[in-house]
Order: sequence, then C-alpha cells, then structure tokens
Amino acid sequence: MSALGVVGGVLQPVLIVSFSPVLLGVMRQVRAHLEGRAGAGIAQPWRDLRKLFGKEAITPRGTTEVFRIAPLVLIGTTAVVAVVAPFVTTDSALGSVADLFAVVALLALGTVALALAGLDTATAFGGMGASREMTIIALVEPTLLVAIFALSVRVGSTNLADIVSSTLRDPARTISPVSLLAAVALVVVVVAETGRLPVDNPSTHLELTMVHEAMVLEYAGPDLALVELASAMRLTVFLGLLANLFLPWGIATELTPGALLVGVVALMVKVGLLGMVLAAGEVFMAKLRLFRVPELLAGSFLLALLAVAASFFLA
Amino acid sequence: MNLTALNLTGVGLGAAVVIGVCTALLGLVLPSRARPAAVGVGTALIGAAGVLAGAAALAGRSFTVALPGVLPLSGVEFALDALGGLFVAVTGAVAVAASVFAIGYARSHGLGARGVQVVFPLFVLAMLLVPAAASVGTLLVCWELMALTSLLLVLAEHRQRREVAAAGRWYAVMTHLGFLAILTGLLLFAAHATDDSFTALRQAAQQLPPGVGGAVFVATLIGFGSKAGVVPLHAWLPRAHPEAPSHVSALMSAAMVNLGVYGIIRVGFDLLGFSMLGAGARWWWLLVLGLGAVSAVYGILQAAMSTDLKRLLGYSTTENMGLVLVGLGAAGLFASLGQAALAGLALGAALLHVLNHAAFKSLLFLAAGSVLHATGTRDLDALGGLRTAMPVTTGLFGLGALGASALPPGTAFVSEWLLLQALIHGLPSAGGVTSTAAAIAMPLAVAAVALTAGLAVATFVKAFGVGFLAKPRSAAPEGARESPVAMLAGMGLAGLACVLLALLPTLVVPAVSEASGFVLGGGPALSGELTLRLVGVTGALSPLLLAVALLVAVVLAAGLTRVVTARRRVGVARRSARLWDCGGGPLSARMEYTATSFAEPLQRVFDDVVAPETDVDVDHHEESRYLVRAVEYRRRVPDRIERRLYQPVLGAVAGWGEVGRRLATGSVHRYLGYGFYTVCAAFMLLAVIR
Repeated sequence: MSALGVVGGVLQPVLIVSFSPVLLGVMRQVRAHLEGRAGAGIAQPWRDLRKLFGKEAITPRGTTEVFRIAPLVLIGTTAVVAVVAPFVTTDSALGSVADLFAVVALLALGTVALALAGLDTATAFGGMGASREMTIIALVEPTLLVAIFALSVRVGSTNLADIVSSTLRDPARTISPVSLLAAVALVVVVVAETGRLPVDNPSTHLELTMVHEAMVLEYAGPDLALVELASAMRLTVFLGLLANLFLPWGIATELTPGALLVGVVALMVKVGLLGMVLAAGEVFMAKLRLFRVPELLAGSFLLALLAVAASFFLA
Repeated sequence: MNLTALNLTGVGLGAAVVIGVCTALLGLVLPSRARPAAVGVGTALIGAAGVLAGAAALAGRSFTVALPGVLPLSGVEFALDALGGLFVAVTGAVAVAASVFAIGYARSHGLGARGVQVVFPLFVLAMLLVPAAASVGTLLVCWELMALTSLLLVLAEHRQRREVAAAGRWYAVMTHLGFLAILTGLLLFAAHATDDSFTALRQAAQQLPPGVGGAVFVATLIGFGSKAGVVPLHAWLPRAHPEAPSHVSALMSAAMVNLGVYGIIRVGFDLLGFSMLGAGARWWWLLVLGLGAVSAVYGILQAAMSTDLKRLLGYSTTENMGLVLVGLGAAGLFASLGQAALAGLALGAALLHVLNHAAFKSLLFLAAGSVLHATGTRDLDALGGLRTAMPVTTGLFGLGALGASALPPGTAFVSEWLLLQALIHGLPSAGGVTSTAAAIAMPLAVAAVALTAGLAVATFVKAFGVGFLAKPRSAAPEGARESPVAMLAGMGLAGLACVLLALLPTLVVPAVSEASGFVLGGGPALSGELTLRLVGVTGALSPLLLAVALLVAVVLAAGLTRVVTARRRVGVARRSARLWDCGGGPLSARMEYTATSFAEPLQRVFDDVVAPETDVDVDHHEESRYLVRAVEYRRRVPDRIERRLYQPVLGAVAGWGEVGRRLATGSVHRYLGYGFYTVCAAFMLLAVIR
C-alpha cells in the first residue's frame, strides 16, 4: 500500500461518484443532438438524483430486507471497485483486492443483489427482469473471464496494477491481435453488463423489452436514487477499465500534483470519449430481440477464446 | 498386531472406531424415544474423533497399524498420512454438522427406526476408514462397507415415496459396477507387486510397464469417478442424493463424493507416482481434465434447469467435482511437464475446493432438509415466502448459495480463483510450460470453468430467490415454521465453517499445502497469513480485506444516504406501499415467476444441449371445439446423457434377458440336456488342449 495508492483510493471514488451522472448526462445530450432534440442538459441526471434523494423512502408491502439492502450492495460493490482499480493511479489502495477476477466478481455480486431484490418483490415484472438479467450474466461472465485470461497471460498476473504498468512499460505489445480480439469481446460484454443498446434499453418501460428497468420497478425515492447512481457508476467503472486496460496512457505513476491532475483529466477524457461513441452508436441501433442477445454474447465468447488461442500462437 | 507408537492420530482413529461400534449398539438396544439423540451425539463424537485424527495426521504424526488376523488372506492394514488426514478431517467435520442436524430431523421424519439409526454411525465410520486404509484389501472392504451402509440409508424413506426404490436400484448397480472397476484396477496393480499393501504397490510402480500403469489408472478412474459423480458416470447421483434423508444427502454429497477424488489422487499421484511423471502418462491427466471440464459444465447446466431443490444441489455436486477434477488434471499435467510449483498450486486449488465444497454443500443440503421438514416439499415451483417464517434457515441457505455461486465474499470464490491462477500461469507465454497439449488444454479448461461460474450464479439466484423470497407459491410453504434447535445448530456449524473458509482460507492453507506437498513432494504452493499468496508465481488475494472493504463501502453508502435524506425530512420512517399491480388489484401468487419460468430463457439458450420436452394438453368444451376449457403445460428436462447412453445399454440388457428366457422354458428335460451337453463340451475342450 503506497502513498500513491492511498491518494488514488480516495481520489477515484470521489471522482467517479461525482463524474458518472455527468457522463450519463453527456451521453443523453449526444443522443438528443443526433436525434434533433434539444436535450435536458448534462446536469439533468444530478438534478434527478437530488429530487429522488429528497423523497420519502417507501417499502413495498411483502418485501424483505433483501429488497432494502440490494441498492446498498450494488453501490458498495461498485465503490470498492472504484477504490481499488487503477483509474487515476497505477498503484492500488488495496493491492491484494485489485485482482481482475475479484473486480469482475464484485461487479457481478452487485447484479446478483439486484436480481434477488427483483425476485423478492413477488411481481411478474421483478421475476422477469431477474430471470433475463441472470441469463445475460450467465453468458457474460464466461466472456469476461476468458478475455481477462487473454490479457493476463502476457503479463503473467491478473493483478490490475501489474497489467496496466506492463502495458505502460511495453506499449508495443498492446498492438497485437490478442489485444484487438480481447478488446472487441470486452466491448460487447461491457455493453451487455451496463444494460445499453442493443442488449437492453435503459430508457424503456415496455414490458416486452425491459431487463434492468423491470428489476428496479418497485424502487422509489432514495433507494431508486442509489440504484440510478450505482448504475451510472458501473457504466463509468466499466468504461474506465476498458480504457485503462488497453490505453493506460496518462495514468499517474508518481505522486505529484501534476501527474495526478493529468491522471484525472486523462480518465475523464477517455471515459467521456468512449461514452460519446457508445451514445452515438446507440442512435443507429435498435434493441435486439431478447433471444438474439445470446448469439451476440456467444460471438463475443468466441472472440475471447480466439484471443487466448492467439496469445498462445503468437507467444 | 503390529503398530507404530500410538500417537494422537492413532488415538483419534481408534476412538472413532470404538465410539462408532458403541453408537451402533446403542442404536440397536435403546428405546425409540432416546435413540435419535443418543445416535446423533455418538455420531457427532465419531466425526470429532475423525477431525482430531485428521488434524494430527496433517501435523505430521502419521500412524500405521497392521492387524493380520482380522481378514483372511491379506489382513487389515491402516495408515493415516497427510493426504488421508485431510480427507478424514473433512469427512469428520461434515459428520459433526450432519449428525447434530439429524437429532432434530430424525424425530419428525420417522427416521428413528432401528435400522436407520444403527447404520448411520457405521456409514460415517466407514467413510472415515477409507482414507486410512493402507492395503488394497482394506480399502476394498471399507469401500464396500461405505457403499452398503449408504445404500441402506438412501432406502430409509422407501415406504413414503415410490421414487426411493428406483433411486436405490440405480445407486446399487452403479456403485457396484464402480467397485468392480476399482477391484479390477487394483488387482491388476497388486499382481505386479509382492503383496497388496500400498508400500509394496509404490515400489512395484517403478517397474510397471506403461500399458499396465495406464490400464490401472483408467480402471480406478472409472470406479472412483463414478463415486464422485463424474459425467457420464453420474446418473445415480441426482437420483440417490435427493431421495436420501437430508442429513444423509449432506454426508453423501459433501463427504462421500470427496472419497472418489481421494481415490484418484491416491492411485494416480501416490501409488502410481513414479509412472505418472513420464511423458507417456500425460494423456491420463488430459483425460482427467477433459472429464472434469465436461462434468462441470454439464452438471451446472442440469442444475440450472432443475426445479427440485435437492436434485439441483445434487447436480451442483457433479459440477463441483468436475472443477476439482480440472484442478487434478492440471496438477498431473504440470507435474508430468516438470513444473513443480504450478502442480502444487493446481493440486492445492483442487484440495481447497474439496474443503470449500464440503462446507457449503453440507450447509445447503441441511438447509434444504430444514425446508423439507417445514413444508413437506422440495419443489421450487411450490416454495417461496420462507423468509418471514424461517429466518434462520433462509439466512443460512443464502450464505451457502453465496458460497456455491463463486462470488466474493463466498467460499468457492477463493478456490476457483486459485484454480484460474493455476491455469493462467500454465500457458507458455506466461513463462509456463512449453507443451502443445497444455497450451490447448488450458484455455479450454478456463472456458469451461468460466461457463460454470456464470451458470452457477444463475442457478443459485434461482434456488435462493425463488425458493425463499417473495410470496408462497402454494399451500405447502404457507404454514411453515422454523425448524427445531438441533437442526438449526447443525446448519449453524456448517455455516460457521463456510464463513471461516471464505474469509480466512489461510487457516486451512497449511493443511492443504501439507497434503499436496506429501503427494508431490515439493514445498508449499501457497502461503500468507491474511493474504493468500502464491509461491513461485505472482498472485495474491485477500478475501478478508475484500469482505471488510465491501462491508465498509455498504455501511458508508447507508450512512451517506441517511445524511443526505435526513437533511430534508427529519424523523420520517419508511412508508409501506402497495406493489405496482398495473391497476388490476392485488397480485396473486400465481402471477409470480416460478423456478421453471426463471430458467426458461437459459433453457432456450441451451436448447440444443439440454433438449427439453414440453407437453401441451388443450382440453376443449364438449359443445364447441373453439372454446378451451383448460390448457395444461408440462415441461421436463431429461438427463440427456442418461437417455442416450444408459437407455440403449439397459435396453440391450433387457433384450438379452428376453433371449435368455427362451432358453429356460421350465422343462426339466431341457435343463438335463443342457447339463449333459455342457459336460461333454468341457471334456472335449480338455481333450483338445491337454
């Protein structure tokens, strides 16, 4: 645990909590512009959150503490990832937790908590959302793990700090078919995990197509605010991981104000750009039928497996 | 009688035998009211003695005893070393939890009958003796004793349910075919040695022809693998484990299957130790790896489709044993390639997974027993809403489900992480081995483990979310009440083990390292006090730190939310409100998602693999064909391997039986004729060959 790691461990979660709703606002604004609408401004997600936090807390009848704790677990897991993963600094506050497998499993734990909450409501919507989300995660997890495998093979470690600093030391290795295949697989997976088009539509309440929204239908007030904030943070975290696994440049490797500032700006620029590209892509895309999604995910699984095979043949 | 100096290991093992016999006798003579309590306490003591013996053996105090007079021809020989000690300790610990649970469970389920109560301690004793056996004869006797006692226990509830008899038949046949395979393999091995003791076998392995070594390995793999429920020899497991009384299911699924793994390690790594290192033996471990990967994926896929809670857990056992076999296969492969550190890591991961699986699976089966006790059903489609009525059982099942789904901070996460580390470091570009076979096998193994991890999450969300949360889906769970204290205590013990293993795996790491070091003869592959560190390759994980960080984050989030909301509204409690019902009035339980509907999308995704069968019966009104009176929908997910592999074999055997019947018409003349011709044929044969 170095000083740089501790600074990163404080800076990163603060940055991600405050920045992630803005990212969501930027993405919505990009979509609005491309669709010829004026848009609500990039601060609208924050305004929504403020309003929701001001409302009274509501417990739907017949739900248990699983329903009440789920938003906290969701945001807690995301916050832990925000603390330990290398977003702004290469060193981690908790080095022995900053393992790529642990990070992925933590994020999955948040999803599981929300799915259990959906089942706990005993409504058809909740069950439907949970069932669909679990189907997606059952197919996403393998791709994630295999893609991680492909990335960590060349480093010989699954520690995030090791992977990032090895890329920084030896940039030439990043430009290889292994990285390319793994990156494409990871993009598909990130889109699926964060519930964006074409896997899930974050702005729909149409029962035929809902996945994430169906699970959280019963939440209101501060609980809903937590879920919304956590979803925004998850998006930022996934995009940040994607950016720093393949393009870690700009990340702070030493403890100086200048390096930290560069690290913060670099993260915001990278994640912001990725978010804008994602949003722009969504404008031209329709949601896939639920039972076409597995084909997409199986495709990304194949790509990840090819990445591993390539890492052997090119070694 | 010939024994080394009596030490703690010997005392523990001896105490287990003495208490075991006494408990069985108590079960025989005590009146039925006092029987369950006495037998339960006695069996828990056997388990405790087993834990003591195992721990002492792991601390380096091995123990040997030979009793030549007990068994004709070969005598009986016991020795407990570090490897056996680990398995004895695990079995003992599971037995403690299961027998405390049994005190409460036996009373209410009509299991207080003399037969069951006498056999139960003997079953535990037999399982404790299998890893201590030090000669082929002893091993086979203990193995058969274990099979017979468990078979009797599986049949305990045959009067209540018809399926029990079928499950018992499957189990009896499969376990004896497995026994036959082990017998063949070990006899072939012993034929090349001076006698049948393991010491002699180890020496003989050095001059064993490679073909014989392979044959011995494959034959024993078939036998031990069928006990571990490895695909395609698993057909008995999802039948017998659910039909047994729940505490017996826990023992079978958490302790007995481990002994299959023990057998593979003992024969493959220890007895055949010398020949397994050769390059010619590499296919053994690729075979083990392949079987493990197939079992893991197939097992969890079937579990994801199951709607019977205990059947689901049974298939999950197949999955977990598959993962253990992946670890064993990788360890053998690395060892044959001369990568000692990696082999130690993979074997350590496999052994740790055995421990973890024992903890969470006994908890899950006991909790399923508690549900069965309270509601009388194991059908997930009929369960639900148990949280208010059975808070402790719900909480403990949740803990077990978290452990089984390989998510942090759960039990299986640590061992699966270790397994993945071993596989990752095995690739050539990671500085690992340079063998094409390994480089192709490792990514495929990772893919299988990864698929398993994802499906396990879905499976256990289904088991916990549908089985325990929401509203009751039928009348059965409505009147449920929390189980008696003894049952809760048994589950609590297993739960405690789960928590300890999940947060402080470093507590058992010395034991696991000792066992794997004994087998592979290297130094420890894992180290660390709070953080688990790999030796020889980079890698570290601290499950405790992870759990603490998560807890702090959750508490912080709750605190911050409270601060943010309290600023605006002071002293406003949470208001309860109606669920969103689309304005259509209160939702009924029939509108809930059931286990079947929950798994439906997954079933569609894996349609080609699981091949489900659906039946739709539409019942029309008599007056008009256009008016539907009732629609009945049934879906079954048959075990495809069973259907494709076993049914044809069973059909062929039945066909031969029919043909055979034509020979036996009941006419005495015909039988006399058969006798006459056979004797003539025998004489002619003798005349020709002599």
